[in-house]
Amino acid sequence: MKRQFLLIGAILLPPCLSTAAETGDPARLVHFESRIRPVLAESCYECHSVESGKAKGGLRLDDREAVLRGGDSGPALVPGKPGESLLLSAIRHSDPDLEMPPRKARLSEAILKDFEQWIADGAPDPRESANGKGGRTGDDFVSRRQHWSFRAPHAPKPPEPRRTDWALGAIDRFVLSELEKNGLEPSPDADLATLLRRISFDLTGLPPTPEQTRAFTAEAKTHPDTAIRKLVDTLLASPAFGQRWARHWLDVVRYAESNGKEANLTYPHAWRYRDYVIDAFDRDVPYDRFLIEQIAGDLLPAANDAERARLLIATGALAFGPKGLTEFNAKQFAADVADEQLDALSRGVLAISLACARCHDHKADPVTMTDYYALIGIFKSTETRFGTWVDSENNNGGKLIRLPDIPGQETPNKALSKEEVEKLNARLAQLAAEEKAAQQRSEQARREGRDAQIDFNKALGEALRIYWTRGPIVGKLETVDNEGRALPLCMGVLEAGKMVNSPRYERGEISHPGETVPRAIPAIFGIPSEGPVPENTSGRLQLAKWITDPQHPLTARVFANRAWTQLFGAGLVETVDDFGRTGATPSHPELLDYLAQRFVENGWSVKTLLREIVLSRTYRQASTHREEAFAKDPDNRLLWRFSKRRLDAEALRDAMLSASGELDLSPRSGSLVSELDSQSVGMIGFNKKIPADLDGSFHRSVYLPVMRDQLPDVLRQFDFAEPSLVTGKRDVTNVPPQALYLMNSDFVKARAAALAKRVLQEATTDRERLLLASQRCLNRAPDEEEERLLHAYLAEPFPKGADAAQETEKRWQDLCQILLASADFRMLD
Amino acid sequence: MNRRSFLEHSALGAGWLAFSALAAKRSLASVNASGLAPRDPHFPARARHVIFLTMRGGPSHVDLLDEKPELIKHSGKTSTTGRDAVGAKLLGPVHPFASYGKSGLRLTSLLPKIGAHADDLCVLNSLHTDVPNHSPAFVQMHTGSFQFVRPSLGAWSVYGLGSENENLPGFVTLNPPAGDGGARNYGSAFLPSVCQGTRLGGGQLPGLYAAFLKQQEAPGPPMKNISNPDRSTNEQRRQLDLLRRLNERRLAREPNQPEVEGMIESFELAFRMQSEVPGVLEMKEETPETLALYGIGKGEDLFARQCLLARRLIEAGVRFVEIASPEGWDHHTLISQNLPKVCGSVDTAVGALLTDLKRRGLLQDTLVIWGGEFGRTPYAPGLDGRDHNHKGFSLWMAGGGVKGGIRYGATDEIGYEAVEQPMHIRDWHATVLHLLGLDHKRLTYNYGGRNFRLTETGGEVAKGILA
Repeated sequence: MKRQFLLIGAILLPPCLSTAAETGDPARLVHFESRIRPVLAESCYECHSVESGKAKGGLRLDDREAVLRGGDSGPALVPGKPGESLLLSAIRHSDPDLEMPPRKARLSEAILKDFEQWIADGAPDPRESANGKGGRTGDDFVSRRQHWSFRAPHAPKPPEPRRTDWALGAIDRFVLSELEKNGLEPSPDADLATLLRRISFDLTGLPPTPEQTRAFTAEAKTHPDTAIRKLVDTLLASPAFGQRWARHWLDVVRYAESNGKEANLTYPHAWRYRDYVIDAFDRDVPYDRFLIEQIAGDLLPAANDAERARLLIATGALAFGPKGLTEFNAKQFAADVADEQLDALSRGVLAISLACARCHDHKADPVTMTDYYALIGIFKSTETRFGTWVDSENNNGGKLIRLPDIPGQETPNKALSKEEVEKLNARLAQLAAEEKAAQQRSEQARREGRDAQIDFNKALGEALRIYWTRGPIVGKLETVDNEGRALPLCMGVLEAGKMVNSPRYERGEISHPGETVPRAIPAIFGIPSEGPVPENTSGRLQLAKWITDPQHPLTARVFANRAWTQLFGAGLVETVDDFGRTGATPSHPELLDYLAQRFVENGWSVKTLLREIVLSRTYRQASTHREEAFAKDPDNRLLWRFSKRRLDAEALRDAMLSASGELDLSPRSGSLVSELDSQSVGMIGFNKKIPADLDGSFHRSVYLPVMRDQLPDVLRQFDFAEPSLVTGKRDVTNVPPQALYLMNSDFVKARAAALAKRVLQEATTDRERLLLASQRCLNRAPDEEEERLLHAYLAEPFPKGADAAQETEKRWQDLCQILLASADFRMLD
Repeated sequence: MNRRSFLEHSALGAGWLAFSALAAKRSLASVNASGLAPRDPHFPARARHVIFLTMRGGPSHVDLLDEKPELIKHSGKTSTTGRDAVGAKLLGPVHPFASYGKSGLRLTSLLPKIGAHADDLCVLNSLHTDVPNHSPAFVQMHTGSFQFVRPSLGAWSVYGLGSENENLPGFVTLNPPAGDGGARNYGSAFLPSVCQGTRLGGGQLPGLYAAFLKQQEAPGPPMKNISNPDRSTNEQRRQLDLLRRLNERRLAREPNQPEVEGMIESFELAFRMQSEVPGVLEMKEETPETLALYGIGKGEDLFARQCLLARRLIEAGVRFVEIASPEGWDHHTLISQNLPKVCGSVDTAVGALLTDLKRRGLLQDTLVIWGGEFGRTPYAPGLDGRDHNHKGFSLWMAGGGVKGGIRYGATDEIGYEAVEQPMHIRDWHATVLHLLGLDHKRLTYNYGGRNFRLTETGGEVAKGILA
């Protein structure tokens, strides 16, 4: 607590007291800095500042002169005369034509009093014009740090809503009291069948099994709370949970099995990271530890080889980002790789972009170029192993990390025969000889004084040929032993051979190095810096510790919000990947802080966090539309109901396989990509062995190949996260190609056929079969009207002369396909 | 509840009837099932279609469309004007400008085939936007807002006018870039989802393989799953009738589910697309002369084929077609080498598109737009490259009711900041909608109690460019 106080003190103190003389005594300035400036920055600058580029009504409020000069309606204030000050009347909403901030609730009474006091005191204001200087003053950075998400979370006490019979826990009290403030009622609980389906999909991405349905319904009739609790605990403990929630994280870390961009080469070893994440969620590895492993796993102690391997694989998160592999300039390449790593890490974990400060101080958030280059040094002192081979498309070869040998280790990657290894080695020797000969030829030419230019071009061509030919051979040989057996390898990072500090590059250009910035963890966001980075380390471990400091204002909040987003379809902060000043403000700031703090207190346990949310009454609400509530809050920001959602790509595919009885719940060993060499993704279409829709498996969707710009059809059509970008919330689109996929794709037709076959075998009457099909698809019996419609469809006469048995099967297949395509199947209520 | 009354009650009730300004003008009887039916504009339209050629990355206006004698004169000297420009070294156009057409319009010598249409080009020299970063600026160019999820320009156009062919989507986007906002750039946000852009096109092969294989796209149909060889049209129609009734049953149980209404519409549109799309994508009926005009069959011709496809889609009645340039225009370095390459990658096909539209009588009511999310600085922070510049940049439009052979608005003497008739992205949006016969202030959608429009609270039509 003491530390927190000191920090706030440090932030609130005016940065430059020398201006106090001309603008008022220090006490009054403190009043301005602590009470006035943050409000101006948070509520007004958006439309009235140099920073935002806006001066609505001709008014800026970001420096003293501008305020006094005022805008179209005259001076914003008259020092000493609150009654004559437009600013005050605007924020008081005393004139209906001039209410500020517009379309927002009036600022609190306390704030209005502060402003009145400030103006009465003569409006002391140390802010000098930023105009003409072209830059920001350190001053702006201080006010930026006042942004809600950069302040340490406080420990909010759950409020006491008026209604006492609804809330089950603290979450509900926060939600209910906001609803009450806005004159809204929560929705009644959803019915039990709906809840079962909702919880099951949310926690595992799968529909409930018939056994789960039976057990749950039996108990829920008499003891709904117990039944729900048991269900949640069972699902959280099931392997399906890790497979589901790992995928959410894979979206955030922009996981992919190919490079993307202009040289889109496969990453045949990326899958190990995918399995690492599934395992981490399955075992509920504390989130802080999970982050440390991914940033600095190679630097952590390991009790045994298996743990060592696990920790190395974890660092893959820093290795599979998209890279400009065609770049010839090694310096530029290294700078871009480091930039991408920092960008993905800061967006994914902190929901701000530190990389925005590469070319200039951050335009919105309190991050300077110096902060950026201090961090960049950490990544430049890191060796990234990504394993693509040099060839005509790729100028940047990357090694891989050799994992320790562990009994029972899976190595599904491509092997060679012993003969092939020998051939490749022979080819290498031959290339070496060719290279030597070429060198001798050009030396001889020089000695004999022949036209250097002609020989130079020849030599260059020869050298390139050898370089490009050798790359894939060297790369290939690195992945196998002398016998040709595939080696256990992974992508990841290690400490670089030499630790470096990065120069500060003017405008981000490597051709303009400035002063060298020592590697350091910046003292931003109120967390004390870990101090300078020890000379012989990259600093990744220090960085990881800073990020996971329990006092860090962003890490826990951002994750709690990500989890909330997956369960409610929208975050408490809607801009899930932007908690900076261009992002949205939280709908329930105190609830967010409560969740973040609970998360940390409970040892960063993801399962505990999810459990508390899912067991809340808020989550249990029905999703039914209510006109009066909709009119007040159409976006359901206040959570007056559960928002209906569409099943995402993976849930949709897995649910189809589950309905047809074909789903293989066992983990897939490796991935389709692991069975290929490093190769260009654009050429995949020419490989006849690979299914055209890149699917063709019965494993869960999390095991489908994720190559950038070449996604399996089902993922691409149904709004899968763009794997080059940090994605905390996927797009939801509704376009005809989705309908075409459901109508015409081989995948859906095959699932429908399998389901039809099953239904025809397992029951004898149409009635029983319809019941079975409906239960498998919708987890319920058809209602009367649906039954009538389905029967009528079955009863339509077959074409004349057709084979009745065949036509029956066909008819059932078509019917099953429609159930799989129906809104009831695709929607989560 | 029969089909007609269902649609009047639900899909129309929630979606289209909210469009009060237009709904008042048309009788319910004229409304058909799709929500894509053509609707009357607010006033007579000058353009009925749009082809939007997005040159992502920020094409350098001072090299391409905005000739600045002062900049040429002072190239190599230190700038004395412009907030960020002061002290930076000015860089004149890296390739010369040339005069084109009867109008003598000055454009870069790197785009001769586009320049051949100078007398039809309306060059806007005074655009400006809010942020100098690619993603937000690209999204703002498409949706008006870089902060919030808002409907795209194409979606607003379809919302306002419907489509002239109910068997095709109203808005088609060909190979849109995955980054820079991705699907937001052709999304419909809160507008009915039928307004959303439909993405067409196969994956692009990397350049080297494309050259080696003389083929730019991976094998596979340009649009997957466009037909079902196992079922007759009648069988599939019966299937979809069942689907529609089941979905309607869900709506009867619980009304007010716009996403379910969207699903119903989407299946109906998909069904109709099956009969129409294969014909449009097929280029066999095009003459060898036309193919040659676009440069199809010569080297990398994906963009050329997209341009021809755009014409075919417009001809078939699609309202809005968008094509992203094959290469980016983000020339921070080596601009003198790379600008000719990128210009070369679009010049022939765009020139051919204009020729082809004109000779078929389509240009007069098709608005062709060529431009990127912002421009570039008149100064060179490195030696041979330019920074992003959102304070002043250019694009051109042609056909669809704009004056040809003119330059509208102006930047300051070095091309840094828009100073004469400055045109914010919102003003440009207002102007494009105006050309389509839509009043940007009346083209509103009530979402959650508030009327939204593409131009937010601004937008002024540039009357000076109307033919």
